[in-house]
Amino acid sequence: MEFLESIFILPFLDIADSPIFFLEVVISGVLAGVMYSLVALGFVLIFKASGVFNFAQGAMVLFAALTLVGLMEQGVPVFFAILITMAVMVLLAILIEKMMLRHLVNQEGIILFMATIGLNFILEGVGQIAWGSDVKKLDIGLPDKTFEYGGMLLNTLDLSAALIAAIMVTVLALFFQYTGTGRALRAVADDHQAAMSVGIPLKSIWIIVWSVAGFVALVAGILWGTKAGVQFSLVLIALKALPVLILGGFTSIPGAIIGGLIIGVGEKVVEVYWGPAFGGAIEGWFAYMLALAFLMFRPQGLFGEKIIERV
Amino acid sequence: MFYREAGQFKTTYKADQGIFPIIQDRWFIAIMLVISLVVIPYFANEYWFQAVIIPLYIYAIAAIGLNILTGYAGQVSLGTGAFMAIGAYATYKLCTAFPDLNILIVFVMSGLFSAGVGIIFGIPSLRIKGFYLAVATLAAQFFILWLFNKVGWFYNNNPSGTITAPPREVLGIMITGPNALAITRYYVVLSFLVVFALAAKNIVRGRIGRSWMAIRDMDIAAEIIGIEPLKTKLMAFAISSFYCGVAGALYIFCWLGSAETEAFDINLSFLILFMIIVGGLGSIMGSIMGAAFITLLPIFLTNFPPMIGIQIASDLAKHLEEIIFGVLIVFFLIVEPHGLARLWQIVKEKLRQWPFPY
Repeated sequence: MEFLESIFILPFLDIADSPIFFLEVVISGVLAGVMYSLVALGFVLIFKASGVFNFAQGAMVLFAALTLVGLMEQGVPVFFAILITMAVMVLLAILIEKMMLRHLVNQEGIILFMATIGLNFILEGVGQIAWGSDVKKLDIGLPDKTFEYGGMLLNTLDLSAALIAAIMVTVLALFFQYTGTGRALRAVADDHQAAMSVGIPLKSIWIIVWSVAGFVALVAGILWGTKAGVQFSLVLIALKALPVLILGGFTSIPGAIIGGLIIGVGEKVVEVYWGPAFGGAIEGWFAYMLALAFLMFRPQGLFGEKIIERV
Repeated sequence: MFYREAGQFKTTYKADQGIFPIIQDRWFIAIMLVISLVVIPYFANEYWFQAVIIPLYIYAIAAIGLNILTGYAGQVSLGTGAFMAIGAYATYKLCTAFPDLNILIVFVMSGLFSAGVGIIFGIPSLRIKGFYLAVATLAAQFFILWLFNKVGWFYNNNPSGTITAPPREVLGIMITGPNALAITRYYVVLSFLVVFALAAKNIVRGRIGRSWMAIRDMDIAAEIIGIEPLKTKLMAFAISSFYCGVAGALYIFCWLGSAETEAFDINLSFLILFMIIVGGLGSIMGSIMGAAFITLLPIFLTNFPPMIGIQIASDLAKHLEEIIFGVLIVFFLIVEPHGLARLWQIVKEKLRQWPFPY
């Protein structure tokens, strides 16, 4: 009875009690959600264009952030460090295409997935050998101040992170919608063979997609790294992005964003208000359970393409 | 030459349906059994048992379990660690609640618990497939481990939060607990592996196994020819989780001795998945070979450089190991996506004609 009360009544009383605190929780959820979306976006880009479920996205975030921090420790100015890291990510994309994807064309999805898990190990190892495995502070000059607005405590860093993520998403959406390369990417996503037959070079498309995913990883790495320090646990945010993907659908960019927001807000609200009833630390699995429950009703996710199968 | 079916005529249906119809296969299995029953115990010492052979066998059982689900029934699962945890915690609860119960029976019973939970988490597989399902099984992984961590009842409110194998005897021989000899634990694990591997081999070539493969290859078509997806998929989840559960029980009770939920985290799930990929999806022998490969590789990588006189700092060695591991996985997938089992098949085909291929 007490347990039921703590689930069905008390949280709502708490919410009604201080709506401003609730709003604060929601906003922090939105901000966390934006971060999840960024990582999920990297997954979606690659899945859309090559059908590869890239498990190494988290490792790419770590790798990009480590490279950036490492360069800055060597005394490279921020702007050039970011440029060099971008170049490194492009190089990485080329290497991945040449060494791995090219040889795995036409394999089943699960094989490609496993290959990216292998890639995950490689990136983790290389990144940490090259730049060391201690926790590092990343400061590229984003403002980090806490201020009060309408009774809510907000942080400029979080807000600028959300802003950057929003810009990033808009740019990507425009890129996909209006540039020739973007169209080619969408064509490849729809049908590899048809795309090749109208003369779209599949190999360079893959390099482009992996590079773009690398940039997204870099942005995600900068934002997460500024917030929580660059460390090995960055890899784990990939696991946070997976339920976002399920919720939004593997092939949808808006899905990744809205899914991220839903998961971010849901997670924070549930943790704050319902967490005590379950003994806390439910953030780890809540997102997955939410996604799982959701899947029962809409197996293709919010915006995923409905898969029509023929025998 | 060495490997030839020609001339081996079967005169009864029974012989024709034998589990190993070719005499060379029977010899091979017999030799493997003799090696594992006699030769290994004779030569191996405590270190080899504890560091290599016992974990290898336990992983092999779990890998067979996952291979049933992923390789035969085509349902990708990333929740192996959680199902192993259920087996381990169920064993712990059962053998502390009923101290007189035979521990071997407890192992099997805990497998049944695991199978039950497996069915529950298998239900989504009726609606979703592929990567969506893989991610959905992660829900099992995180939720179950959280539950075992949070609810004190599962570890008897032990202040350290760990489960420890209590000493238990069967027929006067200590099997679990700190005083159990490595060699007895070895024989326990070995007998489980042999029985389970043979059972799996029989299941997958029978009616159930064939319906799994039909579902894997094309579920809609399978449904049309009269295979019930509900029953078949849930059966695959149940049997697979049963194997994983028993493997998890052995993992704690015959190998580690005591553990927290961390021992069953997502890395374990991935490790088992690697084993079946490297070994070969849809092959029982492949599961065992994959388990051997993945268990032996890190040991080789840590011991090899010092043997040829290269000293590497342990931190660097750890990362190097990661890289080599990753490279090998990618390499394997590129060269032979069907795993060691396929290589073994190629060897057999070559041996059939050797030394005069023309």
